[in-house]
Amino acid sequence: MKFQVLQQSHANRGRSNSCRGASPLDSSADGSGGTTKSAAAIFWIMLHCLCCLISLVLGFRFSRLVFFLLFSSSSTNNLYTSTLTAPFAADIAETLSFTTSLRNFSPPLKTDAVTSSSNSRVVVGRHGIRIRSWPHPNPEEVMKAHRIMQTVQREQRVQYGIKNPRTLIVVTPTYVRTFQALHLTGLMHTLTNLPYEVVWIVVEAGGATNETAALLANSKLQIKHIGYGKKMPIFWDARHKLESQMRLQALRVVREEKLDGIVMFADDSNMHSLELFDEIQKVQWIGALSVGILAYSSHSDEDPFEAPKNLNELDEKKSPLPIQGPACNSSDQLIGWHTFNSIAYRQKSANYIGDMAIVLPRKLEWCGFVMNSRLVWEESEFRPEWIKDLDMVATGNGEIENPLSFLKDSSMVEPLGSCGKKVMLWWLRAEARADSKFPAGLVFLFELQFNIPNSLEWRIEPQLEVTVAAKRTPWPDAPPELPSKVILENGQKNATKTQTQRSRRSSRGKRKHERLSARISRERTEK
Amino acid sequence: MRNSSWGFLLMFLSAFLLDLDAFELRKGQKTERISGSAGDVLEDDPVGRLKVFVYELPSKYNKKILQKDPRCLNHMFAAEIYMHRFLLSSPVRTLNPEEADWFYTPVYTTCDLTPNGLPLPFKSPRMMRSAIQLISSNWPYWNRTEGADHFFIVPHDFGACFHYQEEKAIERGILPLLQRATLVQTFGQRNHVCLKDGSITVPPYAPPQKMQSHLIPPSIPRSIFVYFRGLGARAAVWENFKDNPLFDISTEHPTTYYEDMQRAVFCLCPLGWAPWSPRLVEAVIFGCIPVIIADDIVLPFADAIPWEDIGVYVDEKDVPNLDTILTSIPTEVILRKQRLLANPSMKQAMLFPHPAQPGDAFHQILNGLARKLPHDKSVYLRKGEKVLNWTAGPLADLKPW
Repeated sequence: MKFQVLQQSHANRGRSNSCRGASPLDSSADGSGGTTKSAAAIFWIMLHCLCCLISLVLGFRFSRLVFFLLFSSSSTNNLYTSTLTAPFAADIAETLSFTTSLRNFSPPLKTDAVTSSSNSRVVVGRHGIRIRSWPHPNPEEVMKAHRIMQTVQREQRVQYGIKNPRTLIVVTPTYVRTFQALHLTGLMHTLTNLPYEVVWIVVEAGGATNETAALLANSKLQIKHIGYGKKMPIFWDARHKLESQMRLQALRVVREEKLDGIVMFADDSNMHSLELFDEIQKVQWIGALSVGILAYSSHSDEDPFEAPKNLNELDEKKSPLPIQGPACNSSDQLIGWHTFNSIAYRQKSANYIGDMAIVLPRKLEWCGFVMNSRLVWEESEFRPEWIKDLDMVATGNGEIENPLSFLKDSSMVEPLGSCGKKVMLWWLRAEARADSKFPAGLVFLFELQFNIPNSLEWRIEPQLEVTVAAKRTPWPDAPPELPSKVILENGQKNATKTQTQRSRRSSRGKRKHERLSARISRERTEK
Repeated sequence: MRNSSWGFLLMFLSAFLLDLDAFELRKGQKTERISGSAGDVLEDDPVGRLKVFVYELPSKYNKKILQKDPRCLNHMFAAEIYMHRFLLSSPVRTLNPEEADWFYTPVYTTCDLTPNGLPLPFKSPRMMRSAIQLISSNWPYWNRTEGADHFFIVPHDFGACFHYQEEKAIERGILPLLQRATLVQTFGQRNHVCLKDGSITVPPYAPPQKMQSHLIPPSIPRSIFVYFRGLGARAAVWENFKDNPLFDISTEHPTTYYEDMQRAVFCLCPLGWAPWSPRLVEAVIFGCIPVIIADDIVLPFADAIPWEDIGVYVDEKDVPNLDTILTSIPTEVILRKQRLLANPSMKQAMLFPHPAQPGDAFHQILNGLARKLPHDKSVYLRKGEKVLNWTAGPLADLKPW
């Protein structure tokens, strides 16, 4: 309101000036040397009125600003921009007046030019903006900054992170197949990146093989490679059963060797986030985590790359990612379980490995549980009385679907990951087609960081003369028409997953003496 | 027999002392004790060390002003109101002015707000003058010392100079009537007319509940190197570092502003409209090392808090080399600064919580006042002696309020 008063007084002054200006105009109109004088007077009046108007609009004395810009010296010409730290500062910038500062400052901008600053005329604060000539980051400094952050984060971990971390005992069932190297390498890299001690028990179906041993030899982890007599069956049901038995075998090893730590079940095709391993350090006896299931329900009959056409309301509301895990009430106590409901999956699920349909998990998978290794030790004084002995559980032909079978009282399970709200682990079963061959001599299509011994190489021989792009890639430059659909042998016109596509290409490449294009043309003629 | 009993006593004492030391060491691993030039004083309890008498002014000086504009409770200058409320119910308050060491005048000079919420200082000199006239005529304590044992809270931009423009504020100088009183203000700049010797610099008011509701777990790793959100006057920083990936700077305030500060190692606190900023308070609360880019600034409670050990001072002229300066700080120094910042008494000293808590800014103000005691004999004037010039200052200020 004060400003309005100020402006008003200014306007008044302006008006009175113009009034005064008007009267000489009147008088000079009668006078002799009137024309030039009146023109000057009119010009001056108009200029004055213009300045008044501008001042009214801007809110400060515009004429004073002009005066200063024209007539003041450079050494004392530092304008304060009116800004405030408060959030309403933008308004202040408009309504408050500019001022000049008369304090003595360090040398003016002229000498700054000597020290290689750019000649920016805008001045802010007391020194003006100095911009260095090469405003790009120095890579050495960037490295130093990253090292600083690394030290800070390490200190944070020491101060606020887990004290006395326990050894992780990771149990992984595996077997030799096309995608073993893919899955096992991923898991190996995850485990190598952990700041904890790891003992990795790899149980291999069909006995310990050289291929697997070669893969595992490349890591620096402490690995126990155990063979399990039976071979991995083709059908998923049987495979799940065998995996459970293999895990029990690993637990027997833990028991015999009295390994101390936290047992977690990491399937080789699962995806683990690093936060998961920090979280499971909190377990006391047996804990449960939420597992995201990478299986999609409806519309899988159609091409996954096509936009779903018939989205009804119900589908949209459905959560896209089914999650298995503990369910808690509002006071963070375990009250039940979110399990996998396979009825929701309307389409056919995979029956055998390599089947072109998604693989569904069991109700509650092993991977969602972590246990204190003392639960499986022989001497019963190490474990609470609500845990059954391993031998009692492991005998019998029924499948142990998940570690809840170890408990007499399943309410003693500790929910982890903010009571199951955080998903740090994703379950997926992705395998190559059943007819994909896996002999020695196929080259990886993916980059690997270490040298692969010859027996495990994937090599395409001869080199492909024609590379045929996959039909429905998300990339716009894919060629429009492909005979890939024609190559489908079992007559299903379903869209295929990229991994089966890739494996198909690699298996095709195995045919050493045939050009791909020739084969495609043959297929076409067959159809 | 006696010797052995003395020996036992000695052993017991030494064991006790060693134990104490060990305890301190364990504590010191996480945080570090804050020890400023006045010593280890952040945790001092002012109760029992001083007595404050609160003048009963008519409500037109305080309550009525607040009723007219309740926004004064939330802005940066709200300390004057909360200090009044704190003193009314504090154990240091005495109802007997004869035994008081300090006298407090509750006049809210920073509560005349524009529609945008900015305080206008134009009426403040007259208001203060009117209040002083009242207390000097109704009580004998002002005239006894001409205000030397009185303190006033003047949190606005340039303190008791009562203007928001620096040039005008310097011209006016500190209100002549407050020449002898102790001023508690947010403004602090060395060799400046508007900061007189013996003033107590306090942090600007920042809403404690709001900041505490945005705390994230301290185990979340700090992954931003330098963080700053603010307005155009920081153009020097912006122009030089907008393309530098280590600097997360922008003019827009995101909703995750407080959370982001907790994920940063350094937070810039550059020169503001007036040379203080709530950024400093925020940086301390969120454990982000403050980078103070304001020449000659005097930071809050400067005698109790060793700011050079806690923050990083960068001259305004060195801003183009900010990245070099920050990356060349040794990591042990950075870790030590973070330990000092993690000390809860440091964070508490920056806040004005309601209800008041031990070690908070209210208590630090009282500690500061207590450290100035006992009053020098010279503050008590002889009968009839006058020091202050009641007619000094611009004519407009002499008009009644």
